[in-house]
Amino acid sequence: MQQEVVLAMLAKEPSQGYQLRARMNDALGPLGEALNAGQIYVTLGRLEKAGLVTVDEAPDAAGPADRERKVYVLTAEGQQRVAEWLADVAWPKPDLAEFHLKLIAAAAARLADPISIVDAQRRELLRRLRDAQRAELDVPEGSDAALLLEGIVLRLQADLRWLEACEANWTTRRRKR
Amino acid sequence: MSGSGTALLRARQLRKDYGKGEGLVRAVDEVDLDVAPGETLAVMGPSGCGKSTLLHLLGGLDRPSGGELWLNDKRTDRLSERALAGLRRREIGFVFQAFHLMDELTARENVELPALLAGRTPRQARRRALTLLDRVGLADRANHLPSALSGGQRQRTAIARALVNEPLVVLADEPTGNLDSGATLDVLRLFDQLHASGLTLVVVTHDERVAATADRLVSMRDGALVDETRLTGGSRGNLSDLL
Repeated sequence: MQQEVVLAMLAKEPSQGYQLRARMNDALGPLGEALNAGQIYVTLGRLEKAGLVTVDEAPDAAGPADRERKVYVLTAEGQQRVAEWLADVAWPKPDLAEFHLKLIAAAAARLADPISIVDAQRRELLRRLRDAQRAELDVPEGSDAALLLEGIVLRLQADLRWLEACEANWTTRRRKR
Repeated sequence: MSGSGTALLRARQLRKDYGKGEGLVRAVDEVDLDVAPGETLAVMGPSGCGKSTLLHLLGGLDRPSGGELWLNDKRTDRLSERALAGLRRREIGFVFQAFHLMDELTARENVELPALLAGRTPRQARRRALTLLDRVGLADRANHLPSALSGGQRQRTAIARALVNEPLVVLADEPTGNLDSGATLDVLRLFDQLHASGLTLVVVTHDERVAATADRLVSMRDGALVDETRLTGGSRGNLSDLL
């Protein structure tokens, strides 16, 4: 989990770890189930060391564990980092070159049929699309989780369309040979 | 009939040619296909690959040039026009990309029509139509004309109509082709429910979202089936793999 995400979730108000986790779970829906509680506390510890958050003790201790008594508060530096992160336009790049080169290498060395490789990849992505779609049908319409799942579905669709183009292209090459 | 196995719909060496001599086009090229009862089968392929023609042959909307076709252990490719019309009316439900609803009839009347043509009484037809419109989430739109319905609502009306005579199989040709993302999701949700209730569905599509809901996916190129993928079975993937 990226540090800035945890930091930004704290910007609303000083919070205990379990409150942060609940906020993340609401936003992620079924995709948040894999979220590890320990991970958030590890991240909070790092943020504290970096001077981006400070820790208060909760007056009404919510849990028996030490870490659950702590209330995390953004420092001025933390506020600054959140503002920078919100303005940042970094975007994850899908690594298409690796798969593209896999097909080229397989064909050049005659190690495997590129079309079978495309087919196997397609099956895998269709299974993921099915899982994402089932999850989307299960969450309330218009919820935060539904919007996230819609994004995942659209990306998978785009990838599947590219695979279709790969298959058409390699089929044409095979005919020419 | 012996040797038919458990397939509800079966094609053997199914062929459809258009034109003659030099201009001969084989739109469907010796296709073998089995659809099991309760199965959802998706057929994908580029436009012009013959997938719609295949669906029309399976549904008796068009005659094959060769090969054999079976529905529920009955040979259907050699039926008379009259028998074929009866088969289309009672045993097969159709869903089209452009909905094909009658503009001057309400949603309920559109759903009733095939039931009346199949010989149900008006009372039976109405009861069945209202039950189905409720099932597709359109109970409050029963008396609307198609022009007063959204694309998604029209398609759900068309799906209700396809089900009115309790067909053995529903054949759908690009059912989400004219729908936006939200309406597509409504149709997928409906297909999911129908699948759970045991409906047999064959859907021709270029929409990956529709294909991903199927039990099995076949790809078509130049009239022939070239690849088959079983999508169900095995464990459900870990959702965290998606992030």
